[in-house]
Parts: sequence; structure tokens; C-alpha cells
Amino acid sequence: MEKTLPKIEIIEKYCKGCHICVEFCPKDVLEMKGFYASVKNLEACIKCMQCELRCPDFAIKVITE
Amino acid sequence: MAFDYDKWIRPGKLPHIWCPGCGHGIVMKGLIRAMDSLNLKKEETAVVSGIGCASRLPGYIDCCTLHTAHGRAAAFATGVKMAKPEMNVILVGGDGDGTAIGGNHFIHACRRNINMTYIIMNNYIYGMTGGQFSPCTPTGHKASTTPYGNPDPGFDIAKLAIGAGATFVARGTAFHANQIDKLIAEAIQHKGFSVVEILDDCPTTYGRRNKYKSVIEMMNRLKEVAVPVKAAEKMTAEQLQGKILTGVLYKDETKPEYTAEYAKVIERAQAAK
Ligand SMILES: Cc1ncc(C[n+]2csc(CCOP(=O)(O)OP(=O)(O)O)c2C)c(N)n1
Ligand code: SF4
Ligand code: SF4
Ligand code: SF4
Ligand SMILES: [Mg+2]
Repeated sequence: MEKTLPKIEIIEKYCKGCHICVEFCPKDVLEMKGFYASVKNLEACIKCMQCELRCPDFAIKVITE
Repeated sequence: MAFDYDKWIRPGKLPHIWCPGCGHGIVMKGLIRAMDSLNLKKEETAVVSGIGCASRLPGYIDCCTLHTAHGRAAAFATGVKMAKPEMNVILVGGDGDGTAIGGNHFIHACRRNINMTYIIMNNYIYGMTGGQFSPCTPTGHKASTTPYGNPDPGFDIAKLAIGAGATFVARGTAFHANQIDKLIAEAIQHKGFSVVEILDDCPTTYGRRNKYKSVIEMMNRLKEVAVPVKAAEKMTAEQLQGKILTGVLYKDETKPEYTAEYAKVIERAQAAK
């Protein structure tokens, strides 16, 4: 079965560059790019939602399906 | 699927004012998920606060909200609940607001066992005003007003609440984000005064002074100190040294609830006419 990838949306208007999503992603999917969080390796995402859950700023959404 | 926070946020209010990495946003998200999971109606739900960074929370939430005077959330919330006992009344605020200037209101709300939920975001400091020590700042820690280390012992909010008469007391942390909504939802469902302490982080005024290099270090400390109550049962006193218990710490469903008792007073008074 082919793995379906989520869409990870980072709302730069809300992101405060705190690193929390990057640091606590278990699969190293995210990185800081300049001030903001950004997707580095979507292929590795396991849709655990940790990044969305932990972001204090409502700035990251993991959209599945 | 991504959780739809937008339906609980007042349009145009984001980004919020909290600093990068401040845990208050994580707690607010937990509260929103809890309210959503219980299908609370916005017009039947009031979120009430005092003053402080944590107390800014109601400004963002799309339901009935009150942002009141420093330390007085419990007094205003009690007024709302007494006037409209059918409402879900949720108090939010910081450790300074709730245990310093508002300490008296806090213990008396506990004592009455009035059916409300109090979420107290404990970042061990007065964040908003630049990092003065609070009654929750641990001994030896630094604040702008204790540059050589705090000589005072800090309050244990949970023990204080239990001692004062609260009938549901829980503790979570900003690191354990997926537990926050569950603790709050259980607290809201409890019929009586429920207290949920969330150990929080203030990187700006507390972390900096106490040698935390980053928000991540503060989050990792919360991860390390927290021990779920169930796990603690199997641990020795030595293993529990320096740890903080999390989860539901206390629950008593037998004590009379205040608005129900007060309704009886009204009945007696009317019968005596
Ligand atoms: C009557 C009164 N006294 C003092 C203040 C100043 N003041 C504003 S917020 C605050 C402390 C807030 O600390 P806490 O409740 O822990 O919230 P945090 O900012 O840490 O989230 C103080 C002392 C005030 N606003 N009103
Ligand atoms: S959903 Fe999980 S794996 Fe995917 S980016 Fe977020 S934290 Fe990483
Ligand atoms: S956790 Fe949120 S605010 Fe922090 S860097 Fe990631 S997207 Fe930005
Ligand atoms: S000063 Fe501290 S408590 Fe206030 S918003 Fe900044 S990090 Fe949060
Ligand atoms: Mg505080």
C-alpha cells in the first residue's frame, strides 16, 4: 500500500520561531528556516500530530486526508 | 485530521501576545480541545480571569468571557455561577494572580466547593511585570526581586487546593500537551470546585535568569520532573526525590456542592415567608 503524505501548513503570520515543533518531531521532518519553521522532509512524516499539538502559537497544521 | 481551533478563537485575535515558546498558548489549546470534546455551548460557558500574561487567555476565546481585576477571578466567577448556576464557569490565570494577590479568593472558592473549574498556569513567576518572584517560585531560584536566590519556600498549589477543600485536583505540564485537554475535561465534568495546575514555562523572565538556555531546555525539564501518579505508586521515596506528580491527584464526589446547597437556602427562605 502506498503511504499517503499529509499536508503540513505553517502559518508564518503566527509562527514565533520557538523551535518547539522542530525539536519534538520524532522523525526530523521540520527545520528552522530563517525565523520560521519549515518542512524539510515530508516523506518521513508519520502524522503523529506532535508538532501541531505542541505549537503554542496555532501556527502549524497537519492536514491528513 | 488537524484540529479546528478556529471555531473557538475570536476572529482576528491571532497571533496572541505571548512570547515565543510561552506555554500559555499550549494550555489555551488544551482548554479549547477540552471544551470542544464536551460540546460545551459558547453561550453557556464563561471563561473568567484576573490579570497577568496567563490571564490574557479569555480575550482570545470565543465564548462568554470576563477579564477582571488582579487576583479576583474567583470572586467574579462566583458571581457568574451564583447568578447562572447552569453555566459552565472556567477560571484561568497565573500563579501570581491565583496564589499571591488572589490567594484568599482561591482558598475560599475551594472551601465552598462551588461547581467551577480553575486552570492555574504555574510558571513560578510574575511574567507580565518582568519576573518578580511569586509564592510559587522555588527556594533558591532567581527572580528580578530575588537576584541572590529566593529564600522563601514555594507553595504546592495542589496540596493547598486539597487542604482548602477543593474536591478535584489535577496537575499536568505544558510538555505533556496531549494530557492537558483530558485533565481539563474531567475537571469540568466534576460537580464541585476543580483545580487543574499546569506547570508552565516563562522563558522570558524566568528561564533566562535561572540558566535555561532555551525553551526546549525548559520543556525537557518538565518532561523529566513529571511522574504520573500511577507510576509513582511503584517508586521508592528516593526515586521520587525532586519529582512532581501529575495526573488526577485527588477526587471526592461526596461533598455537597455550593450552588445546590444555596438553592436549598433559597427554598427554606421562601417557605418561611
Ligand atoms: C492590583 C494590582 N497589583 C499589581 C498588579 C501588577 N501585576 C500585573 S500582572 C502581575 C503578576 C502576574 O503573574 P501571574 O499571575 O503569575 O501571571 P504570568 O504573567 O506569570 O502569566 C502583577 C503583579 C496589577 N495589575 N494590579
Ligand atoms: S506529524 Fe509528527 S512526524 Fe509529522 S511533522 Fe509533525 S511531529 Fe513530525
Ligand atoms: S512550534 Fe509553532 S511557533 Fe514554534 S517554531 Fe514551530 S510553528 Fe513556529
Ligand atoms: S513574559 Fe513569560 S509568561 Fe508572559 S508571555 Fe512572555 S513567556 Fe509568557
Ligand atoms: Mg506566573
